[in-house]
Amino acid sequence: MPEPKLSVTNLYKGYRLHGLPVPVLAGVSLSALPGEFVTLIGPSGSGKSTLFNLIVGLEEPDAGEICFDGCTRAVRTGLVGYMPQRDLLFPWRSVLDNVILGPEMAGVSREKARAEAREYLPLFGLQGFSDAYPATLSGGMRQRAALLRTFLCHKEIMLLDEPLGALDALTRAEMQEWLLEVWGARVGGQTILFITHDVEEAVFLSDRVYVLTPRPAQIAAELRIMLPRPRRRSMVTTPVFIALKEALLAALNAGNSK
Amino acid sequence: MKETTPEIRTIEESPAQRTRTWARQRFSAALRQSGPPAALIALLIVLWQVAVVIGRVPEWLLPAPARILQTAWEVAPALVLHIGQTLLETFWGLVLSLATGILLAFAIDLSPLLRRALYPLLVASQTIPIIALAPLLVVWFGFGIISKVVVVALVCFFPIAISLADGLRATDPEHVALLRAMGAGRGQIFRTVRIPSALPSFFSGFKIAVTYSIIGAVIAEWIGASQGLGLYMIRSANAFRTAQLFAAIIVTSLLSIGLFLLVSGLERALLPWYYTTKREEQWESL
Repeated sequence: MPEPKLSVTNLYKGYRLHGLPVPVLAGVSLSALPGEFVTLIGPSGSGKSTLFNLIVGLEEPDAGEICFDGCTRAVRTGLVGYMPQRDLLFPWRSVLDNVILGPEMAGVSREKARAEAREYLPLFGLQGFSDAYPATLSGGMRQRAALLRTFLCHKEIMLLDEPLGALDALTRAEMQEWLLEVWGARVGGQTILFITHDVEEAVFLSDRVYVLTPRPAQIAAELRIMLPRPRRRSMVTTPVFIALKEALLAALNAGNSK
Repeated sequence: MKETTPEIRTIEESPAQRTRTWARQRFSAALRQSGPPAALIALLIVLWQVAVVIGRVPEWLLPAPARILQTAWEVAPALVLHIGQTLLETFWGLVLSLATGILLAFAIDLSPLLRRALYPLLVASQTIPIIALAPLLVVWFGFGIISKVVVVALVCFFPIAISLADGLRATDPEHVALLRAMGAGRGQIFRTVRIPSALPSFFSGFKIAVTYSIIGAVIAEWIGASQGLGLYMIRSANAFRTAQLFAAIIVTSLLSIGLFLLVSGLERALLPWYYTTKREEQWESL
């Protein structure tokens, strides 16, 4: 068994609201192997985004460990590629200058970063829009730009927090296939930690799915998705796929009635 | 009916056509907006003219608009030097107010302690009537240009400092978090997110500042000067040359409007994204 790329052990985190403690994470443990696509699914407000903030290093856990390649780090910011729920494109920067933020913050010259980003624009469906401001883009394009920004950080781990949540069903299905294509073929090899509310999306995309309980979050179940890759849209109607969806729904419901 | 057609057509229009249609709509919107006040001003001027002529009001009391225009034309060559002096004072006053305003905003932004210490003082400072302070400034800085520059700066630094400080404070915390997650330091975050996102707010304050700046210089010149529009006004008033006084007032007001438009143009040139965003939002609401 290879060493996990990322492992989270017994993580606790709580906040104070009007002086009262509100536990958000109550002993969450999970791991992701190199190159694995791992999805977290759970009811809204179950602390998934908090978990991401802890892994990214924006906040510190009350207890527990976060390890990269088997080591804990004092400063975790800058270690993983992070795509928050909102696309957070800067309205004052063109698409091209938005997607190079990662390398720019890492000290790469703007010109060099732009040259690299230009090569990826077609793959991300943004060709011809490099000089456009984000306000002129459609929702799907904004998400793709945010994804390109995350990819261009060149981190071995990417945390994607509901990247497709704001899209309509059609665009969403398209983007799922596209995401797998980009991840598998061209940029490949990264470990992805993915948050979603959508059971079908979780099964379609992932190698493994963790089901979280409502707040305070714990891992309610872990499900291995044994579907072959590359994944095809036609798979979603196969008995295996439907069985996996049912198993996932059952785990979610069991977690909910905890 | 006529007004709704271009909006429907724009769906298939190219970006260039779209911009043109938008410009056309902007023009008619501007006409709708500035038409009524322009008509009202014209009406008031006509009433003023008629009232002065019919009522035989003496010129030193209230000159007729036509007389003011005529006088303005006659004294224009003499006014040029005064205008130059006032603009010079205004310019350096604005430079000084920008420097102090920006420094203060950064200081307020730097630490919560400094914010709590400085912010109320800044607000309180605005309750001091500058016009009462001006004679004292002349005592301190003399009758030269410095006392005028200081008055302009005192009038202008406040909107600049407050608008920039508020703009910096209003930065989207999630934008900041995004950069932090990328490993960016405080300085990088300040340059990359906080300054650009504060610029629209800064320009709102700067536009207010430039609108008041000329008036600040004129007030300072009242107290004592060897040249400038303020001095010209005082002299005209003392000599009961009321038409000249009115001419100087009109020039002052035109200069203020001109400065405002200049800064608005600068804002448009420097923040094209801000207007693109606003325009998109407008499109969505159409």
